Amino acid sequence: MPEKISIKTKSVKTKSVKTDSIKTEKRRRELIRVENLSKSFGQLRVLSGITESIYEGEVVSIIGPSGSGKSTFLRCLNLLERPTSGRITFEETDLNDKKVNAAKHRQKIGMVFQLFNVFPHLTVMNNITIAPMLEKKLPRAEAEKRAAELLDRVGLLDKRDEYPSRLSGGQKQRLAIIRALAMEPNVILFDEPTSALDPEMVGEVLDVIRALAKSGMTIVIVTHEMGFAREVSDRVLFMDGGVIREQGSPEEIFKNARDPRTVSFLSKIL
Amino acid sequence: MLNQIVKLWLKYWYVFAEGLWGTLWMSAVSVFFAVLLGTFLAVMKLSRFRVLRWIVDVYLWIMRGTPILLQLYFFWIGLPKILPLELSDTTCVLSALIFNAGAYVCEVVRSGIQAVDPGQAEAAKSLGMSGYNTMTRIILPQAVKNILPALGSEFISMIKQTSLASVFFVPELMTAQKSVQSATFLSIQSLIIAGVIYLAVTSILTAALRVYERRLRKSECNA
Repeated sequence: MPEKISIKTKSVKTKSVKTDSIKTEKRRRELIRVENLSKSFGQLRVLSGITESIYEGEVVSIIGPSGSGKSTFLRCLNLLERPTSGRITFEETDLNDKKVNAAKHRQKIGMVFQLFNVFPHLTVMNNITIAPMLEKKLPRAEAEKRAAELLDRVGLLDKRDEYPSRLSGGQKQRLAIIRALAMEPNVILFDEPTSALDPEMVGEVLDVIRALAKSGMTIVIVTHEMGFAREVSDRVLFMDGGVIREQGSPEEIFKNARDPRTVSFLSKIL
Repeated sequence: MLNQIVKLWLKYWYVFAEGLWGTLWMSAVSVFFAVLLGTFLAVMKLSRFRVLRWIVDVYLWIMRGTPILLQLYFFWIGLPKILPLELSDTTCVLSALIFNAGAYVCEVVRSGIQAVDPGQAEAAKSLGMSGYNTMTRIILPQAVKNILPALGSEFISMIKQTSLASVFFVPELMTAQKSVQSATFLSIQSLIIAGVIYLAVTSILTAALRVYERRLRKSECNA
């Protein structure tokens, strides 16, 4: 497995990078534990009793048909949605606890959205530095130095003083990714990061995510890019009807799916 | 008739000018404070605390459901009784105008905030930004673009609304008209002069606002 790291964040530098197959995952530190998670919007039950763990350093892909609850599951992990019932534990902190400061907690969980959500009124540089400067009290010089390094890694350094309106979709999404990395999160959640991109821009964004995965960053990604999921994931979760129907290594899911729903979904999409 | 109007203007133009000055500064001051009050109310109205939303609802219900003239009388009579201060008529009238306009500005600001893509707040939250920073650094700067044109119209209607202050002889354009009228008994003529001045001011401001909006739209097209 290639170990050359092109994107690396401080939080993973000191920790051992994944070297073995997914068989070692049980020995890894549990980062997020989800127990019996349910979420309803009014009468509509979107998630019904999900129990799952995300381990440090693993890359988990979530696949499944539209409306299966993939995005909602992801959004519950950083409390953009409040669970209706169930428990989410992040690094031994129970997130249901009212005393937990959601903002502080979210600093450790990066998120990248389908529609980029870059800040249009801020320059590329300020998009990256605003959160570290405000919430981590990082001095401007320090924040800009780190931002410049991140921009350089994704090939956007020459755009540092532009406004996002001057960027292409692929560039906006790369900006959104490093904006999340600037907070040095322990895990990054990707919510269909390439679904809103023109086909010729999908590759450049996937390259950045791939490099991130190889650097040992913990990643949970909801995606319709099956080839990509198969290539980078340690584990693939298939969701349907608000539950995880089946999970396993990419090989197990894409070649030997057992659940009939998984089989029928993959046959339609592959 | 025209002759009389010209004569009246030449003799009393400074009275009208002073009145216009009163109208303009009172409008500016009341819109300024109404924006502060309205923004504060709008943020309260969008809060997740039900009590705060309820307070704003009651406030809007009263301020928008009663005539402004009644509110002016209420402040003019009531305010000096509540506050242990020497309050001029102007202060009382200004407060009433501010509290009334604040209710309307609140709705303008609220819809301006709600027109900002909710993804922006989510992105800010996902970066771990506090609610306060999300509002002041991400949402409000983007909402301003939606709010400014509506505030321009609010200023224009405030120029007309300040004429109610003449009921209390607070110096402004309608009060000026009243004093010219009582000195000369030329009521129609002085009313026409005041009307032309109002029309000129509101027309200039409306045109300026239109230019500003067009420029705003152009910059959006480039975005």
